[in-house]
Amino acid sequence: MAKKKIKVASPKTGCAACMPNTMEIPLGPQHPALKEPEHFLLEVEGEIIVNVTPRIGYVHRGIEKLAETKTYSQNLTLVERVCGICSHVHSISLVNAVEGILSKHDFEVPERAQYIRTIILELERVHSHILWLGIAAHEIGFDTLFMLSWRDRELSMDLLEEITGNRVNYGINEIGGIRRNMTKEQLDKTIKYMHLTIERLDRYVEICLKEDTIRLRTQGVGILLPSKAKELCTCGPTARASGLAVDIRYDDPYSAYKGALRDILKVVTYDTNDVFSRVVVRLIETIEACKYIIWLVENMPDGPVFAKPPRKIPEAKILSRTEAPRGELIHYLWSNNTNKPYRLKITTPTLANILSVSEMLKGDYIADSTISLASIDPCFSCEDRMITIINKDRRKSKVWTWNFDQLRKYSREWNAKNKRWKK
Amino acid sequence: MVLKKIVNWARVKSPWIIHVNTGGCNGCDIEVVDVLTPRYDVERLGILIQGSPRHADVLVVTGPATQQMKSRLKLLWEQTPDPKFVIAIGACACSGGIFRHSYIPCLGIDTVIPVDIYIPGCPPKPEAIIFGIAQLLAKLQGKDTPVITPKEIDLKSHIKDKEAFAI
Repeated sequence: MAKKKIKVASPKTGCAACMPNTMEIPLGPQHPALKEPEHFLLEVEGEIIVNVTPRIGYVHRGIEKLAETKTYSQNLTLVERVCGICSHVHSISLVNAVEGILSKHDFEVPERAQYIRTIILELERVHSHILWLGIAAHEIGFDTLFMLSWRDRELSMDLLEEITGNRVNYGINEIGGIRRNMTKEQLDKTIKYMHLTIERLDRYVEICLKEDTIRLRTQGVGILLPSKAKELCTCGPTARASGLAVDIRYDDPYSAYKGALRDILKVVTYDTNDVFSRVVVRLIETIEACKYIIWLVENMPDGPVFAKPPRKIPEAKILSRTEAPRGELIHYLWSNNTNKPYRLKITTPTLANILSVSEMLKGDYIADSTISLASIDPCFSCEDRMITIINKDRRKSKVWTWNFDQLRKYSREWNAKNKRWKK
Repeated sequence: MVLKKIVNWARVKSPWIIHVNTGGCNGCDIEVVDVLTPRYDVERLGILIQGSPRHADVLVVTGPATQQMKSRLKLLWEQTPDPKFVIAIGACACSGGIFRHSYIPCLGIDTVIPVDIYIPGCPPKPEAIIFGIAQLLAKLQGKDTPVITPKEIDLKSHIKDKEAFAI
């Protein structure tokens, strides 16, 4: 082994170069705590984490480029495969974008379709949050709760299978409505199952608030102050657990949230800023989601569920925002009067939340890193993307942080050097 | 001979698995975890999920093997002790699925490592996964398992209006 120069800490000067040596611990891409490939480089000093560097890009599959080669109807299938857990909300986002363009040309979606879509959206939130509760319990070694919560998740999975025909990627959306109508038996069953889920969830809330196994592992761990949460642009339950009342369902309503449902909609926040507060916010949100489903079923309008859209979508640029179980989901669509999108850009909640992880982990123990990481409910398959930095000189990387005067100076120099250059 | 029988018996009774995601969409992963939890509960077959590939007999792979994960998947396969078995779960892992024609060559995991059992579906239902595991256990016992050779279909001959489908 080659000898390394060991820097000795000098007490007189406290500069970064003279700090005591830190060790680097890689976490991932294959790690028992991570269900997906992702890499985190933990810089530790003894037992305490000093710095965290996330590295994304393992799950890059080129979906945005693939979307340009498919028609809108085919794209709904593709976009659902961005993420398996929040698949419906992705297709809702695309459908909302396309229908938003069409609505300027007198196209309306039947109201019953919007209600059924919203029921599935909320059912998805219920199953996703219960899934998260199980995973979080597994990370802190409380496997009993993991098994119990996943058993109760099957209730909502059964409902989803009965309504849509699939367990994970539902494929019920179509531009202009939905593919299947809900029968009366299904509506009755939904109400029955939701009451059962609320009953079970009440018990979990009691467990999470009182049980020492959870409280001692989550309270005071992974603290994200509201000011930091705002600075790092967090969204969804992560922001709400830091006391910020942001919810796209309330702030910028879409689908059936536009109507009377908005009046009973509650933005659940909690103010202890730690992992415990994220547990509480998600659990209460799940119970609220069950109540919205019951309300939606009781106030379901009659009528058709599908209106035939035109094949070509007129030229427009549109941004559609939805509230996924993990936070704000953005689809930016650029259509060019054909049956295929010109550009589709997807920004997912985990990409917004991933930077807050490094803030949460700083100053915590290594053993707490997994639960802090799980507390943002990471879904790396959504957020992965690739960045290509194109340089004039590809061998050297340049950092372009110039102000206006420096840029002007550079342009003068460049023009002096390339005098004969013409457009 | 007797020792071999005992080893085989032990292997069939407790196939420990490691779950590897090579860039899938999470759909298959939650179904794999679903199989391990009370509704479907494959622990009754002696199946336990392990954290390290060195403790596992079976690699359960989901996802289309993206460019970044190919070398890592190979490393994991090399770390698993012999004899090892690979199950490919989902359409992505079997053939690349919907991402096959992406600019990143996601062609399924059998372009990287040898596969014993393919479980197609997007995602396969938990019942299908249990059926696939049962097929693997039968294979371990030396019984015959159905082998389906994929047929190549020329899709272009089926398309009548070729201009409408031109990319």
